[in-house]
Amino acid sequence: MIEHNLPALQVVIPLVAAPLCVVIRNARAVYGMTFVVAWLTFACAVALFIRVADSGDIVYAMGGWVAPWGIEYRVDQLSGFVLVLVAGMGAVVATWAPRGLAAEVAPSKRHLFWALYLLCLSGLLGIAITGDLFNVFVFLEISALSSYGLIALGGRRKALPAAFRYLIMGTIGATFILIGIGLMYMMTGTLNMADMATRLPVDGHRTVLVAFAFLTVGISLKAALFPLHAWLPDAYAYAPSTVSALLAATATKVSVYILLRFFLSVFGADFAFGGMGVGQILMVLAVVGMFVASAAAIFQGNLKRMLAYSSVAQIGYMVLGISLASTAGLTGGIVHLFNHGLIKGGMFMATGCILLRAGSVERDELAGIGKTMPWTMMAWTLGGLGLIGVPGTAGFVSKWYLLQAALEQGHVWLAVLLLLSSLLAVAYVWRVVEQAYFKKPAGIGVGAREAPLSMLLPTLVVIGLTLFFGFWTDFPAGAAGAAAESLLGGALMGGTS
Amino acid sequence: MMSSIPPAAVMILGAVLVPLLRGRLRTAYVLALPLAGLALVLSMGDTEFGKTTLFGYDMTLVRIDGLSRLFGWLFHIAAFIGLIFALRSPRNIEHPVALVYAGAAVGAVQAGDLITLFVFWEILAVSSVFLVWARAGERAFRAGMRYLVAQVGSGALLLVGILVYADAAGSVSFGDIGLDSPGGWLIMLAFGIKAAFPMLHTWLTDAYPESTFSGAVFLSAFTTKVAVYALARGFAGEDVLVWVGAAMTSFPIFYAVIENDLRRVLGYSMINQLGFMVCGIGIGTELAVNGAVAHAFNDVLFKGLLFMSMGAVLYRTGNINGSDLGGLYKSMPKTAGLCMVGAASISAFPLFSGFVSKSLVMGAALYEGYDVVWLMLLFASAGVFHHAGIKIPFFAFFSHDSGIRVKEAPGSMLIAMTVAAVLSMVNGIWPTLFLYPNLPYEVTYQPFTSAHVISQIQILFFSALAFCGLKLTGLYPPELRSVNLDVDWIVRRPLRRFALSLGGAGMALRGLVVRSGMAVTNRVVRTAERRTGPGGVLERTWSTSVSVLWAAALLAFLLILYFVR
Repeated sequence: MIEHNLPALQVVIPLVAAPLCVVIRNARAVYGMTFVVAWLTFACAVALFIRVADSGDIVYAMGGWVAPWGIEYRVDQLSGFVLVLVAGMGAVVATWAPRGLAAEVAPSKRHLFWALYLLCLSGLLGIAITGDLFNVFVFLEISALSSYGLIALGGRRKALPAAFRYLIMGTIGATFILIGIGLMYMMTGTLNMADMATRLPVDGHRTVLVAFAFLTVGISLKAALFPLHAWLPDAYAYAPSTVSALLAATATKVSVYILLRFFLSVFGADFAFGGMGVGQILMVLAVVGMFVASAAAIFQGNLKRMLAYSSVAQIGYMVLGISLASTAGLTGGIVHLFNHGLIKGGMFMATGCILLRAGSVERDELAGIGKTMPWTMMAWTLGGLGLIGVPGTAGFVSKWYLLQAALEQGHVWLAVLLLLSSLLAVAYVWRVVEQAYFKKPAGIGVGAREAPLSMLLPTLVVIGLTLFFGFWTDFPAGAAGAAAESLLGGALMGGTS
Repeated sequence: MMSSIPPAAVMILGAVLVPLLRGRLRTAYVLALPLAGLALVLSMGDTEFGKTTLFGYDMTLVRIDGLSRLFGWLFHIAAFIGLIFALRSPRNIEHPVALVYAGAAVGAVQAGDLITLFVFWEILAVSSVFLVWARAGERAFRAGMRYLVAQVGSGALLLVGILVYADAAGSVSFGDIGLDSPGGWLIMLAFGIKAAFPMLHTWLTDAYPESTFSGAVFLSAFTTKVAVYALARGFAGEDVLVWVGAAMTSFPIFYAVIENDLRRVLGYSMINQLGFMVCGIGIGTELAVNGAVAHAFNDVLFKGLLFMSMGAVLYRTGNINGSDLGGLYKSMPKTAGLCMVGAASISAFPLFSGFVSKSLVMGAALYEGYDVVWLMLLFASAGVFHHAGIKIPFFAFFSHDSGIRVKEAPGSMLIAMTVAAVLSMVNGIWPTLFLYPNLPYEVTYQPFTSAHVISQIQILFFSALAFCGLKLTGLYPPELRSVNLDVDWIVRRPLRRFALSLGGAGMALRGLVVRSGMAVTNRVVRTAERRTGPGGVLERTWSTSVSVLWAAALLAFLLILYFVR
C-alpha cells in the first residue's frame, strides 16, 4: 500500500507537514518534525529511484483519476535522479542547519522558517515528479514563493531588496512559462506531458513557436542562465546560510531539469535542437556566462557572493552540455547538475560554518582562517577543487564528459574554452585558499574556533561524497547516462512517439 | 579480500590518520604504513584487478607485471627510508604529505590505464609541492609555485594528450603508445616534463634545493622515477629518446661543476642519471630496458643516500654551500663515510650498485651500434665521478677546514642512511640476489668481466687525476657564492635579457617594452576588474528594470528568429 503510493507521499509528506509547523509553533518541536520529515522524504526518493532502476518507469494517477483527465505523476530515470539530489540535500541541510539558524533567524520566526523550508522542498520535489504541465507551474510557484520568504528572513536589511528583486524576476519567469503552457494547451487541449508530446504539431506552427520562445526565456530566467542571472547573486548572498545552501544545491538544478523535460520530453530533440536551432543560442549564452560569471567571481570580496557567481558560471556548463544534444553532452550536463549540487551545497555549508564562527565571510578579513578552522577550510578547499574540476573530484567527471562531447562533435575550440574557463575557477578558489592558508592569522581569523560538530559532520559528508563520486562513477554517471539515453531515445517517457 | 585492496590506498588513506597521532605511536604508525604496503604488494605477485568502465573506456586500477613490479617495491622501500630520515622533521605536515606522495607514486606505476595514471599524476604534483613549501619563507614559496606550475602544466598536457589519443585509439589502456599520433607526442611531452628533459628540467634544479632537509629525499625518489616508468611503458624503443637521454647525461655536468649549493649539484647529477635511464628506454632492447629499470632502482637508493647525507649536513650546520663548508669529517665522521658509499655507488665503482646497472645501458648502446651515444655516456660517467663522486664529499667533509664544529647526525638519520647504503652495496656486490631476477626481462649479462672492470677503473682513475690536477694548479672553478643561470632564466627574466643584449640603447627600449607591457597587462586586468569587479557593470546588482529589459530583449530576439525561419 505504502509502496504503491510512494510517488504521492514523496510530495505530500512535506506539503502536509508545512502547515503543521505553523500550528505547533514550538521551535524545538517544529525542528524535530522537519528533521524526521526531511529524512523520510529522502527515503521515499531513494526507494523510488531503486524501483525505477529495477522495474522501469512508474506511472501514478493522482486520486485515481487517469491521465489525460487527472494529474499524473511519473518517475523515470531522470526525475528519480533529481529527486534523490533534492531530497538528499534537503535532508542534509536540515540536519546541518539548527546551530547556524539560531544565530541568524529570530526565535519567534523559526517555526515559519521551517514551514517555508518544507514548502520549498515539496515544490521542488513536485516539479521533478509530476507528469502534468500545469502542475509544474503550480509547484514552481510553491517553491518560488516560499523561497522569496526564506530569503527575506536573512538578517541584514539588504535581504529585503534582494528578495523583492528575486520576486519580480521569478514571477516574470513563471509568467512566461505559464504563457508558454497556455499556448500549448490551446494547440492540443491536453496538459499531460506524454499526451502533449504525441499531439503537439511540430511542423512549425506559429503558436507552438511562440510558446517555445516564451518557455525558453522563462526557464532560462528561473535557471539563472546568463544574462538572466542578475537576481541570483544578491539572493544567495543575503539569504540565511541554510537557505543559500538549500537553494544553491537544488533550485537552479530543478530549473535545468524543467529545461530538459520540456525541450526533450515534450517538444522532442528533433524539434528543439534540429529545427529551432535553440542549441546554438544556448551554447553561446552558456559559454559567455561561463567566462563573465567566473571573472566576476574572481573579484568578489564576499565568499557567498563569489560562490553565487560561480553558480551562474556552472549553470553555463550544464546548459552547454544540454545544448550539444548528444548522449555524451546530456550525460555531462546531467552529471554536472548532480555533482555541482553536492559541491556547491557543501561549499555553502562550509561558508555558513565560517560565518557562524568568524562572524564574516569577507575574504580580506579571513586571513589565516585555515589554521583556526582547519576542517571547515579543508572541506571548502576540497569543494573548490571540485569546482575547478581537479581529477579525483566529482567535478572532473562532469568536465570529462563535457570535453568528450565537445571533441566528439569536432568543437576543439569549445574544449579549449572549457579548459580556459576552468583556469578562472582556479583563480577565484586560489584567492580564498591563499588568504586562508598562506597569510598569518589576523583580525577575526584569530578568534574563530572550529565549527560545531553538528555542522561540521554534514559538511564533511557532502564534500566526502563529491570525492567519492569522483572515483566511483557508477551511480551519478551511470544514472545520468541512462537518463540521457532515454531522453534522446523516445520523444517521451512512455509516450508513443 | 586482501588481494583486492589497491596497494596505493594503504599509504594514501593511511596518511589521513597521521595528524591525529602524537609521539611514539605516530612514529610507529608512520613507519608501519610503507611496510604494510610492501607486504601487500609482495603477497600479490603479478596481478591485475580493479577493472571498471568509465566514460565507456575499460580501466584497470591495479596492474602489477614485469615492468611495474620492481617500481612498486622500490617506492615502498624509499618511503620507508625517507620517513626514518624525516622523523626529526619539526613540521607536522611532512609525514602525511610524504605518505600521500609515495602512495601516489605507487598508484601511478601500477595504473593499468591512462585515466588512472592521470589521477595519480596530479596527486603526485599537488602533494609534493608541500615538501617545498614546508620550508617556509618567501624563497621556498616562490620556488614551490614555479614547481607547481611545471607539474600542473605536465598534468594538463597529459590530459589533453589522453583525450586526443583515446579519441584516435578508442582505448585508454596504458601500453605502448608510440609517436604515430599527435596524442602520443603530447603524452610524451607531459612525461618529459616530469622526467626533466633538457630545457624542461629547470623545475627540478630550482625547487629541490629549496625544499626541507628531508623533503629533497622524497622529491628525489618519486616524481622523476614515475616518469621514467611511464616512458618505459609507453615509448620504449623510440629513437628520439636515445639522443634526448644522451644530452641529459652530458649537459648537467658543466652546471654541476660550477654550482655552489651542494644539493643543487645533486639535482644536476640527478638529471645526468635520468639521462642514462631515458637513453636505455630509447634503445629499447631487452638489455637496455633492464638497464633503465635497474638503474632507476639503484638511483633511488644512492641518490637518496646522497640527499640524506647533505640533508644531515644542512640539518646540523644550517648551511649547504660548498664555499662555507669543509672539514666536517672531524665532527660528522659517520655521515661522511655513508656519503662516500653513495658517492662510490653513483660513480659506478665496481662492487657498488651504479656499476651493475649503468653497465647494462652502456653495453646495450654498444651492441646496438650507437657509438657516438656510447662515447657521450662514457664522458658522462667520468663527469659523474667528478662532480658527484668527488666534489660532494670533498667540499662538504674535507677541503679546507671551515672551522664548523657540530654534532654527528642524529641516530634516526644514520639508520636511514645505513639502510640505503647497505641496500646499495648488496645490489652492487650481488646483483643476482634480487635485482636481476626481478627485472622485466631475463638477464644474461655479466657485469664483472675483467675488461669491463678495468675500463671502468681507468675512467674513474683519470677522472680523479683530472680533479687533482685542476685543483693543484688552481684551475678548478672555485666554490663561490654565486648564482648560475640555467634556461629557466629566459622564462624568469625575459624582458631584461632582451634589453641587456641590445646594450646601452636597449635600456631605453627595455623601459619602453616593460612600460608598455605592464600598461597592456594592467589595462586588461583593470578592464576586467572595472567590468566585473566591485561596482563594475557585470558585478553591480542590476536594477530590476535592466534585468527585465534583458529578458524582453532575449524574448524578442527568439521571436524574430523563429518568425524569420
